[in-house]
Amino acid sequence: MIEVQGLTKYYGNVRAVDDISFTVEKGEILGFLGPNAAGKTTTMRIITGYMPASAGSVRVAGFDVFTNDLEVKKRIGYLPENPPLYMDMQVIEYLRFVAAIKGVNRKSIESEVKRVADKLSISSVLFKRIGTLSKGYKQRVGFAQAILNDPPVFLLDEPTIGLDPKQIIEVRELIKSFSHDHTVILSTHILPEVSMTCNRVIIINEGKLVAVDTPENLTARLKGSESIHLEVEGPVDDIMNTLKQIPSVTAVSVAPARAAKKANISGYIIETDFGSDVRKDLSHSIVTKGWGLLEMKTESLSLEDIFLKLTTKEEVN
Amino acid sequence: MRNILSIFKRDLKGYFNSPIAYVVIGLFLIVTGIFFYLLLASFLQYSYAAMMQRQGVPLNVNLMMIRPFLLNMSVIILFMIPVITMRSFSEEKKNGTIELLLTAPLTNWQIIIGKFLATYLLYLVMTGITVLFMVLLFIWGNPELVPILIGYLGILLMGAALIAAGNFISSLTENQIVAAVGTFGLTMVLWIIGFASDFAGKIAGAILEYLSIVAHFEDFSKGVFDTSHIVFYLSMTFFMLFLTYQSVESSKWRA
Repeated sequence: MIEVQGLTKYYGNVRAVDDISFTVEKGEILGFLGPNAAGKTTTMRIITGYMPASAGSVRVAGFDVFTNDLEVKKRIGYLPENPPLYMDMQVIEYLRFVAAIKGVNRKSIESEVKRVADKLSISSVLFKRIGTLSKGYKQRVGFAQAILNDPPVFLLDEPTIGLDPKQIIEVRELIKSFSHDHTVILSTHILPEVSMTCNRVIIINEGKLVAVDTPENLTARLKGSESIHLEVEGPVDDIMNTLKQIPSVTAVSVAPARAAKKANISGYIIETDFGSDVRKDLSHSIVTKGWGLLEMKTESLSLEDIFLKLTTKEEVN
Repeated sequence: MRNILSIFKRDLKGYFNSPIAYVVIGLFLIVTGIFFYLLLASFLQYSYAAMMQRQGVPLNVNLMMIRPFLLNMSVIILFMIPVITMRSFSEEKKNGTIELLLTAPLTNWQIIIGKFLATYLLYLVMTGITVLFMVLLFIWGNPELVPILIGYLGILLMGAALIAAGNFISSLTENQIVAAVGTFGLTMVLWIIGFASDFAGKIAGAILEYLSIVAHFEDFSKGVFDTSHIVFYLSMTFFMLFLTYQSVESSKWRA
């Protein structure tokens, strides 16, 4: 339904999005995960045709967004990060206006407005001025605007921001209810949201795509390669060399926080391949060399850790 | 067409839901009303003096009253245009609603024409009410109709050019104050540029005179129908709308 190929966007000399490619199938809910300023909003804006890409192509339902943006815009319901609301309008006036510019039939405007108002439970505020609404209601009016005319694709930029926990659950349920006949891209930096609602996750950082997978696989993949923390008494270089030679150990590093507590006691972080348990090998090789194994513990990674792991640069001194 | 109408209606509602429309129209009517009163008072004084001297021909109300009134009005308009157009694009940019318009299945031209028409209609309402002053003259006097119609045709055309220019400036910035001051600067330059024409060389003077937006209005105020002025105002309008299109289009690339 959505094909993004080699998407790149420069702001002046800054590369905000760097060669991102992915596809979203019909009926899929794709989570777009990344820290602030990672390029999520920019990517979404390019897909909607709001701004052009510096390089690469985007196709929505077979239409190229650069050459045929009107056809693409007809098929996308877009909720920007700040809901685009006219503060001096009543909710109902606003929804009628958006319905009209989205090409809803003159005759079915009223029923369409009623449909989205019911869906977002904003029927009670229809005759209030948008400027007087609370943040949560504004967000929902913005959401209602996006689903007017029932487009096949939704792009939702942080849809649950500003909502209270009950409303968040409602909105997530709503997003899930789209999954059969709609394609959704959902950007967020709230991780549980992704594992709860999305079929697939894309993690981007500094404009680059760092991971694409289902939330379960992503968790499992990195859980398998869990890290083991060791505290060993002995010569650092020898220990590093020995540990590296153990099969399925992928990386050994000195834990910065715990380094050099005492002259010859250091902390180590061991990373391993998927699904292997090397604790026995580790303890065995340390003990046979005559070093002191003072501490060993495994740390499994939550989606939170994976996210941090993929998106933060490791600082090693 | 329907899309243009939707944008047009929304913007117009925006103007009349906020105090802007009422303040602009009210202020304009107060100032033009004062001018009308002063011109009328002095016209009556001259007429009275002329009557005392037993001159046979009554003074010409078109020449002595309506023509200076229209000229005054054209200058007051220059001050009101920035207030009318400052919101047009700037507010949408500030509130992020421009994102709604640019991601809806609308063409840039539909957005621009809709917004132009909304600001232009506000202008028409504002200047249209002054027709009532003319009605007063018809009730108690005997002015000629055709020069007045031509004068108001000039108001219509000059307004279109200025409103388009104001929309263009508004599309450049998300700050309404900057849009208003910028438009004010532009209208002032287009006005006083004509003053400089007397001192500039022959060719430069002619160019400056031609660019002066008020100079073109003088013939209209005299009741002279000259197509070259109509061409000037229309081409200015289209040029400014074209610049607006370029500005909206390029802000996508810069954004």
